[in-house]
Amino acid sequence: MILEAFRLAFEALAAHKVRSALTMLGVVIGVSSIILLVSIGEGAKAYILKQFMDLGTNVLIVLPGKQTTTGGPMTGISTEHKLTYDDAVAVRRRCPSVKAVAPLIISSGPVKYRNRKRDTRILGTTNSFQDVRNLHVEIGSFIPENGDLKPTARVCVLGRRVKDDLFGEGDPLGRFVRINESQFRVIGIMERRGRSLGFDIDDLVYIPVGAAEKVFNTDELLEIVATARSTEAVPLAQEEIERAIRRRHGGHDDFTVIDQRELMDVFARLLTTFTYVLAGIAGISLVVGGIGIMNILLISVGERTREIGIRKAVGAKRRDILLQFLAESAAIGLTGGAIGILIGAGGAFLVTQLAPALPTSVSFWSVALAFLFSLAVGLFFGVYPARKASMLHPIEALRYE
Amino acid sequence: MIAATGLTKVYEADGAPPVAALRGVDIAIERGDYVALIGPSGSGKSTLMHILGCLDAPTEGRYALDGEEVSHLTEDRLADVRNRKIGFVFQAFFLLPRLTAAKNVELPLVYAGVPRGERRQRAHRALASVELDHRASHRPNELSGGERQRVAIARALVLDPPLLLADEPTGNLDTRTGGEILSIFDRLRVERGTTVILVTHDPGVAARARRVVRLRDGRLEP
Repeated sequence: MILEAFRLAFEALAAHKVRSALTMLGVVIGVSSIILLVSIGEGAKAYILKQFMDLGTNVLIVLPGKQTTTGGPMTGISTEHKLTYDDAVAVRRRCPSVKAVAPLIISSGPVKYRNRKRDTRILGTTNSFQDVRNLHVEIGSFIPENGDLKPTARVCVLGRRVKDDLFGEGDPLGRFVRINESQFRVIGIMERRGRSLGFDIDDLVYIPVGAAEKVFNTDELLEIVATARSTEAVPLAQEEIERAIRRRHGGHDDFTVIDQRELMDVFARLLTTFTYVLAGIAGISLVVGGIGIMNILLISVGERTREIGIRKAVGAKRRDILLQFLAESAAIGLTGGAIGILIGAGGAFLVTQLAPALPTSVSFWSVALAFLFSLAVGLFFGVYPARKASMLHPIEALRYE
Repeated sequence: MIAATGLTKVYEADGAPPVAALRGVDIAIERGDYVALIGPSGSGKSTLMHILGCLDAPTEGRYALDGEEVSHLTEDRLADVRNRKIGFVFQAFFLLPRLTAAKNVELPLVYAGVPRGERRQRAHRALASVELDHRASHRPNELSGGERQRVAIARALVLDPPLLLADEPTGNLDTRTGGEILSIFDRLRVERGTTVILVTHDPGVAARARRVVRLRDGRLEP
C-alpha cells in the first residue's frame, strides 16, 4: 500500500513538473547547504588535527603560572618563580621519559641587512628545538649543540621568508645581520614549511637562548617545549617534568604542563560545535523549504478536491487519502533531499579542488542525517494538507467545481 | 436489496434556518429490480441517492443495504460499503483525467486491496464487457462522451457490486449514445442480477425502468 502510494505520488509530481521542481528547490538548497557546510567544518577539523599531529603527539609544553583550564590564555599570571633556562636543564637532567627539551623565548623586532629591514619574530632557543618541533635546517646548520651550557653565540638561523626578503637570491651564510641593534652571523637557513595553524613558520629568526636573553634583556622563558620518548610515555614524562620543576621552585605549583593532545581536543571540540552551528543555520532553510511543500500541497488539495471525491466514492478511506498526500510530500522531501545531497557533495568536492588547503569530507552521518531530515520535513509539513484532504466529505468534494 | 424506513435529512447551515431535504422516506427495492427515481429539482432525489449510495448518512431513519444496517456507520465504514456493494455512474462521468481508462477502472480494486497483476486483468475484463478493451490505454480526454460513460460503467462494475447507482447517466450524452448506455444497464441486470437505481428527470429514460419512484418535497409520491 505504501509502495503503491509512492508510485502514485511520483506520478502526481510528474504531472506538474515545474511546480514540483520549484517546491523541491527549498529542500534541495537546505540539504545541499547542510552537506556542504558540514563537510567544510569536518574538513577544517581534519586539517587542524593534522597540523597538530604534524607537531607530534608526544609534545608537552611547560608554561609559567598555574592554569586551571586547558587552552586558556597563555600569558603568565603573577608567578613567584619565572620559568628559566635552568628549569629546562633540570627537565633534561631529571626526566628519563623526556627525549628532548627546548627552552623558548619569543620576541619580535626588526632584522636588518644593509639597507633592508624586516619586522619578524625572533625565537631564542637551543639546538634541541629542531627535534621537539620537527623543523629542520636546509642550508648551513642550526644553533650549535652546547650540552647543558646556555648557548650565547651571536649566530642566527633565518626562516625562508626572512632570507628571501633580506637577501633575495643571494647567499646569506656568513653574513652579518642586525637584530635589535646587535650583530648576528647567519649560519643556516630553515627549510620551507609554510603556514601552520595560521602561523607563518617561515617568518622566523632563530638565535641561541642566551643571546636572546641579552638582546631582549630578560631571563624569563615564554615556555619550555619537551617531547616524551613515545606517545605512551607522555603521562609519565608529564609527572617527571612537574616533579623536577616543582623541586626547583621550592615546592610551588606555579607552572603548568600541557599535553598537546589536550590542546588538540579543545580545538576539536570547538570545531565540532562550530560545525553543528553551521548545520543548524542551514537547517533553517530546510524548514523554510518545508513550508513551501505545505503551501503547494494545500493548493494541490484544493485543485484536486473532485479527485478526492471520486476516490472516496469508489471506496477510498480517510487514511488512503491521507497516505496519498503524505506520500506526495514525502516524495518531494526525499527527491529534494537526494538532489541536495548530490549537489552538496559536488560542492564539497569543488571546494577541495579550488582550495586544496581545505580538505572537505562528506561524512556518512551528515548524508544520513540530511536525508532523514528532509524526509521528516516532507512528512511534517505534509500532515496538515493531507489531513485536510482526508477530512473532505465525499459529496461536497464531488460537487466542487 | 434495499429496505429504508423514515429517512430524513436536515441540512443545517450556520445562521440559516435548517432545511429538510427528506421528510420521512420509506423505500424497499427488491434484488435485481430496476428503479427510476424521478422528481423536479429540489425534490430531494439527489439527497436520497446520496444516502442510498452510502455517500451520506441520514439525519434520522434506518437503512439496510443488502441485509446490512448502514444508517449509523462511520465515514470509513461507509467507504468500505461503497467499495464492496455499490457501483456509481455519474452524469459528468467523474473519471480522473490523469489516468488511463484502465487505471480509472482499477481504482475501486486499489481500495479493495486487490494485488496489481489481478487488478490489471479484472480491469481489462470489465472494459471488455463494455466493449472498450481496445481503448484501455487512452486517457479520458481522448475518448468520446459515450466512451467515457462506458469507462465509468466498467469502473462501477469491476468489483461486481450488487447495486448500481446512476445519477443522470445520459444527461451529458445525445439520445442515441444515451440509449446505448441504458442498454448496458439492461444487460447487466439480466446477466448479473445487478439492482439498478437510476436518477433522472427525463421521462423517456425513466420509462425503461421496471418501476418508477416519484419524489416531491422530500416525500415519495404514492
